[in-house]
This record gives sequence, C-alpha cells and structure tokens, in this order.
Amino acid sequence: MSAGAPAADTPRSPRRTTAQRVFVRTVSNRIGDTAMALSSGFATLLVLAILAIILIDILRNGIGHLSLTFLTQAPSEGMTAGGIFPAIVGMVEMVVLMTLAGVPVGVATAVYLHEYAPAQARATRMIRIAVSNLAGVPSIVFGLFGLGFFVQFLGAGIDKAFFHGQKVYGQPALIWAALTMAVLTLPVVIVATEEALRAVPRELREASLALGATKFQTVIRVVVPQASAGILTGMILAVSRGAGEVAPILFTGAAYFLPHLPSGLSSQFMTPSYHVYVLATQSPDVDATKPILYSTVLVLLALTFILNIAAIVVRARVRRQSGLAH
Amino acid sequence: MSTAAAPATPPSKLVVRDLCVYYGEKKGVGPVSMDIAEKHATAFIGPSGCGKSTFLRSLNRMNELIPGCRITGEVKLDGDTIYGPGVDAVSVRRRIGMVFQRSNPFPKSIAENVAYGLRIGGLKDEREIAMRVERALQQAALWDEVKDRLHDNALGMSGGQQQRLCIARALAVEPEVLLMDEPASALDPIATAHIEELINEISREYTVVIVTHNMQQAARVADYTAFFYMGELVEFDRTDVLFTKPSNPRTEDYITGRFG
Repeated sequence: MSAGAPAADTPRSPRRTTAQRVFVRTVSNRIGDTAMALSSGFATLLVLAILAIILIDILRNGIGHLSLTFLTQAPSEGMTAGGIFPAIVGMVEMVVLMTLAGVPVGVATAVYLHEYAPAQARATRMIRIAVSNLAGVPSIVFGLFGLGFFVQFLGAGIDKAFFHGQKVYGQPALIWAALTMAVLTLPVVIVATEEALRAVPRELREASLALGATKFQTVIRVVVPQASAGILTGMILAVSRGAGEVAPILFTGAAYFLPHLPSGLSSQFMTPSYHVYVLATQSPDVDATKPILYSTVLVLLALTFILNIAAIVVRARVRRQSGLAH
Repeated sequence: MSTAAAPATPPSKLVVRDLCVYYGEKKGVGPVSMDIAEKHATAFIGPSGCGKSTFLRSLNRMNELIPGCRITGEVKLDGDTIYGPGVDAVSVRRRIGMVFQRSNPFPKSIAENVAYGLRIGGLKDEREIAMRVERALQQAALWDEVKDRLHDNALGMSGGQQQRLCIARALAVEPEVLLMDEPASALDPIATAHIEELINEISREYTVVIVTHNMQQAARVADYTAFFYMGELVEFDRTDVLFTKPSNPRTEDYITGRFG
C-alpha cells in the first residue's frame, strides 16, 4: 500500500485505522475532479461559442439578401448583383458525377478489404494505412494531382486520340474536377463502408452460407444490403465534403465566372465554395459584394447542414428497418 | 472414445470417422466416430463447452468460416466424403442445412426469406418459387399464421415464429439433413413446444441432428442421443436406452444431474 494511493482498496489493508478514513475522498482527488470538470466544460463552451458566433454572423448578414431570385439568377454586373444559380447547378452536377465515379470504387475497395483480403496479412494492413493517409493528404495536393493526372495526362491523351490535338478534354473541366473530388472523398466512403460491413451480424452471413449460398452471393444479397445504411451515410458525408471543398477543383474545372451553364463533361463550371473565394478576393466593389458573399456562404452552409442531417436520418431509418429483432 | 458407437439399425445417412476439430493448436473436439440414422432425429447433449455444437457445425462445414479452425478425419454423406480436395463446401451445405441457436431471418419479407435459398440456387420460375415457399411454410407449421402477411418484414414476427421461419427457409431448399444448433434455447416454453412438435414431424422425412442442453428435449424429440463431454463422444445409443440404462458412469452422472 503506497502512501499516496487512493483509499479504494484499504478495507483489506492491515493499516486501516478507522472506517471513516477508508471511504473519505482525499482533498487532492476532489481538486483534481473539480479542475477537470471546469476546464473540460470551459473548452466545450468555447467550441459552442465559436460555432454560435459564426452562425449568428452569417445568418444576420446573409439572410437579408437571400431570396428566390438570388437562388435562380446568374451573377450580373461584375458579380455585384444577381444570384448564384449557375454555381448551385455546377455544384449539383459536380457532386453527382463525383458520387457516380467515387462511391462504386470506394464500396468495392471496402468490400475487398473486409470480405476478401486476409485480415491479418501485412498487405491488408498496408492498404488500410494507405487509405487513412489518403484522407490526410492536403486537398490542394489533390488539386495538383488532378491537374497533372486528369487534365494534362488523361485529358490531353483523349484529345490526341480523338480530337486531333484540339483542346477539348485537355483543360480544366467538370469531369476532371468531379474525378479529382471522387479521389479526395474515397477514404470517407471506404472507411464508412468498412465500418458498416463490420457491423453486419455474423448470424446473417451464416444463415446465407448455410443455405448453400456462395460467398459472392452472400456478399451481394445479404452483407452489402445490410450495410446499405452505413454506405449511404458515407456517401452523403462524401457529398457534403465535396460540396464545400475548393482546392481540388481550383485547377481542375471550377470557373471564375461563366455566362452560361455547363453544357457537357468538358465544360467548366461554377460552384458556391469557389464563388465565395472569388467574391471575397476578386470583387471590384467590396461593399456591393458583401451581402451577396454572406448569402452565398449561408446557402453553402445550409446545403452542407441539410446533407449532414440527411445522413443522420437515413442512417437511423435504415438501421431501424434492418436491425435484427432480438 | 474413438470407437464407433453405432446403434443405428436404420441405414446411416452420415458416417463420421475419427473427426477432430482444432482451433489453432488446441483440440476442440474428437476424435469422434458415429453413424447418424437416416430419417430419424439424433440429439447431442452435454454440458456447455463439451464440443457438441462444434461437432455439429463440422457436419456441414460451417466451422471453416472460423479463422484458425482445422478439421481432420472423415465425414461421409451417403458415401460421399464432404471434406476433401475438390469438394465444394457450398454444395455440401445445399445437402446439409442448418438452423441456428438465435433465429436469424434476413431483413426481408417472410416470403423472400423462404425463397432466398431457392433463388440463390438459380430457381427463376416465380410460380414454382411461390409453391415451394408455401410448402416449406406448411412443413414448418407456419403457413396458417403468416399466409395473409407473406410480404411483411420477417423481423416483425415473434421469436418463435422467426425460428420456425428459419426452419422453413432451411427446408425450402430440400436438404437431406437438417442440423439444428439449440434451436429452442432462446424461446419461451410454448414456442419451444411448437418447435419440438415440428422436429418430431420433420424427422419422419428428413435426417435431423439437434444439439440441445435440455435433456428432456432430447428425450422428447430424438430417436438417438449422443452424450458429449470435454470434447469427446462418451456414449451414443437409442434415446430410451441412454436415458434409462446408460452404460457409462459419466453419462449417468450427467443425466441424473450430478454435474453439468
């Protein structure tokens, strides 16, 4: 029994003197608890305060300019008037393409890692580490990768092969921005899917296998559907991340200003996140731009919130529907 | 006891010889040799951890899903060896079905649960599927209760109904042997009675092997009973003989409740 140890196990100690001493909290313990409660509580408060300040500021300044015309009109007069319709359309198109390209690859990767790769093998662990490293790569690096690989290598290659060297795909374009963003969001999809696969009860796999299903049939018909809530959540989180990122699309497809909507995969596009950057740094008239800037941020935030809430709702609903009732 | 205890006078459906199950280096069960009678119910009893479930799961190759599990010895189904090079576990499990301790219906409709095995087996004709779903549900004594809600989610059923659904699902693919791993241990007495009645019924047409920790259940449903203890098959005989005149003192100690 060392001298400074708390009195928790003293009942068995021969050095026990009075019953009182055994159960009394030491002063140092009490101070420690109180200090921890206070400091952690203060930290939480700080986080909430920061969030509140941001939200209140954006709401106060952004709500005034928000209107249906703002959402349905193109910017005009050097972006000091008009709305952000092309940016919203651009974002939706980019996000849809990103999802179509990224989610299947991410889900397939997770299925491989969890269902087929030998769990203890060094290679499997290396792949997992690589995936989490991918998640840690700064997004501007993805932008440069997209420029180098998709635009200058793939795009230029397509131009050479199909368009006689004419610049069609060998320049920043919707498709390249979407693919770059798909790569960026891959780890989100992979991690969420793997987690969902891990949560599939062993009983369901066994039920399927015991009925004479092959592993492939079990994965396709039982495991992946059972994991669909988690996969969907990962997908929505990826979309919400993709909607807000600027750096990866800066060099690969986002346009400063376009007088028309994107007409195809090789068009450039506008997007709210980049539009915020443009409004904040490139405006000829800062005062005229400010309400537009705030409203754009508000729209962007609202979209992200809606997506995140959708992720939570979807997860809860599918979980309720497919949970094993025991 | 590696000697083949073979009380079966009816033809043997499953013949097991010197079967051992290892987890890593540790031996879990065996060596076990036994002949399991066709179209009869055989029960495995014994205290928890005696290896009866492990042994059961090695009869349709479910053990190999557990990492580090290794099996030696021989199991033959109608003379066809189920372990061996070139034998596909999937085709073994099509002939030897299984019902688990915890009912595990898929989060699909009642009808689709039963149809699952048929569909993965390649059956496409919807009329044929519907017919066989009905027949399986009738065999499992569930048809009358669910015929008006075949398209409801199976997870909305009671525990006992879910387990009978799992039995129907296993029967739908028309296996030759049905393995049941403590199928009633999570159910209330009434649902248990339903399941036992059902086992009595289906063991006329199917070879049924049931693991139970409930000796009365074994006595009620099984024609033959095997007593496992510490990973070994201690005694295997006709149920009435095993329970009234056990030849091994450990069997007698167990069935009289002296340990376990």
